[in-house]
Amino acid sequence: MIKTKFNYDYYLRKNTLPHIWCPGCGDGIILKALLRAIHKCGYSKDEVVITSGIGCASRLPGYVDFNTIHTTHGRALTFAIGIKMYKPKLKVITISGDGDALAIGGNHFIHAARRNIDMTLIVFNNYTYGMTGGQYSPTQPLDSFATTTPFGSIEPPFDVCNLAQAAGATWVGRSTSYHAVQLEKFMVDALTHTGFSVLDVITNCHISYGRRNKMKSPVEMIKYQKEKAIPARSAENMSPEELTGRFKTGVLFETKDNPEFCSEYHKKLELLKTK
Amino acid sequence: MSKNIKLMQGNEAVAEGAIIAGCDFFAGYPITPSSEVAEFLSSKLPKIGKVFLQMEDEIAALGAVLGAALGGAKAITATSGPGMSLKQENIGYASMCEIPCVIVNVMRGGPSTGLPTLPSQSDIMQAKWGTHGDHAIIAITPSSVNESLYETIRAFNLAVKYRTPVLLLTDEIIGHMREKVVIPDKSEVEIIDLKLPDVPPEKYNPYNYTSGKVTPLAPMGEGYRYHVTGLIHGETGFPSQKTDVIQNAENWLIDKIYKNIKDIEKFEEFMTGDADILVVAYGSTSRSVRQAISMARAAGIKVGMFRPITIWPFPEEQISNLSKKIKKVLVVEMNMGQIILEVQRAACGSKVYGLHVTNGEPITPDQIFAKIKEVSEN
Repeated sequence: MIKTKFNYDYYLRKNTLPHIWCPGCGDGIILKALLRAIHKCGYSKDEVVITSGIGCASRLPGYVDFNTIHTTHGRALTFAIGIKMYKPKLKVITISGDGDALAIGGNHFIHAARRNIDMTLIVFNNYTYGMTGGQYSPTQPLDSFATTTPFGSIEPPFDVCNLAQAAGATWVGRSTSYHAVQLEKFMVDALTHTGFSVLDVITNCHISYGRRNKMKSPVEMIKYQKEKAIPARSAENMSPEELTGRFKTGVLFETKDNPEFCSEYHKKLELLKTK
Repeated sequence: MSKNIKLMQGNEAVAEGAIIAGCDFFAGYPITPSSEVAEFLSSKLPKIGKVFLQMEDEIAALGAVLGAALGGAKAITATSGPGMSLKQENIGYASMCEIPCVIVNVMRGGPSTGLPTLPSQSDIMQAKWGTHGDHAIIAITPSSVNESLYETIRAFNLAVKYRTPVLLLTDEIIGHMREKVVIPDKSEVEIIDLKLPDVPPEKYNPYNYTSGKVTPLAPMGEGYRYHVTGLIHGETGFPSQKTDVIQNAENWLIDKIYKNIKDIEKFEEFMTGDADILVVAYGSTSRSVRQAISMARAAGIKVGMFRPITIWPFPEEQISNLSKKIKKVLVVEMNMGQIILEVQRAACGSKVYGLHVTNGEPITPDQIFAKIKEVSEN
């Protein structure tokens, strides 16, 4: 699959750098893993489309030399479905934050999963609305603090992976911005899976989230990712108490049995042609 | 050559027009009284190898349309009332990013859920001002089933030519009534297709704010890699906060429409030559006005009608010129007074009267004739 030697410069739009992310932000690690993964998959720059919504993570497409669409808040998957259905040969990737994908974009998230359309959604999950200054998001842990939960959050968070699987996604995985090597491997898996794949990436926003939750430096947040991540296989032998406050990493669900929406649609067109 | 004549519903005529225009993609969400547009296209588009999608909501429907349009599709969605409110976010995005698409709004009574099965013309100002920020829009108001077909084709052409969302504003009456339609052969109508940029990819900028010419939108996936963002962007497509870039971008969104108004405008004048009273009406209401004019003429009152077919940009110059010789202007519309504000502005030398009915019923020729009499006696 790999034809040439990997080089970040080949994929970056260097004239759009420096990026807007804060020093120490985990998003850059995910961006680099994504470029390595795309390279490993052997996709040409012209066949890759990246859509995103609004928020810190959603600025990613501006920095990378593909067909890139920075859309409206929460709507990135809808644009992705449109272009994928019209041009099925394109490799469509959506970048979204936790608020973008699961709050304002929650409806599109579950329906993209239900359709099992051949695209990859990467959720940059930092538990907060970083760009707007640290309000609480639908993945923020219980009892943690944000600018809009000054007395601690009482809202149970979404588990991105459970939600994706329940809604019909056929590849579901989780990694973190600390596990950069694993992250790249999972991205390759997700991108090459036929069907809707969701990769939940726990990343750090020490500025907006960490600072209010006793992890004010990137190092503390990266330690959190390292310590709280528990490989799915190890988690099997652990009690619910032992798992409290931790999150499972790994390929959490995968099936190749379900029909993929885009090819099903185009198969139907072929059938209509012959009638 | 024998003509292809059919009895058709207005919403069906929109679907038929879309197909003649070369529509590749529809995404929508069911809503009365526009759902037949989706139903017709759901059976027609797959048969010709095109894409039909019913999305999870109205916002998703326009999002999918814009995604497909960036891939080079001629794409359309159709909605009504509350659905139109939901589409506003992505209408702004389409305007800002200059993505061609057609948005059909079969107008029904509002606000809110309002009158799902009854007509109105109360989304005229929303069509222009519904999304936040400054931008220009093209909106078209056909008044018959036949015109719905031809104006849908024109809507696609204008969308491609000016890289803009084009709104087709019909209403429950036009959408649901059945009339004779002369279906043209593709060779008989002008169809503007998307064209590839005439520069190689490395020289391609997706935007051009200063040459006065609309840059062709390169379909994504064909070698022209570029960035699209709803942030204010420069000609390369990347966000910018430079004051001159911002002002150029803002000016361009208005100028590309208003400086081409002669190409975009379309209207009909009916018996205005000797008229003492000018009625301004559009869409289904203009049909009642036509009947009221015969009634008034029979009663010796000289009345004519000006009917905007392109309603945005508003045909200010025509109204202004007509008002120089016709000193009484009556605006008839199924809302509480929307286009009358534009008419008052354009016809500043004349007295402008309004007949505004929003009771869910079409405005009748009798009601209009009574108002004409009142105006003539005033």
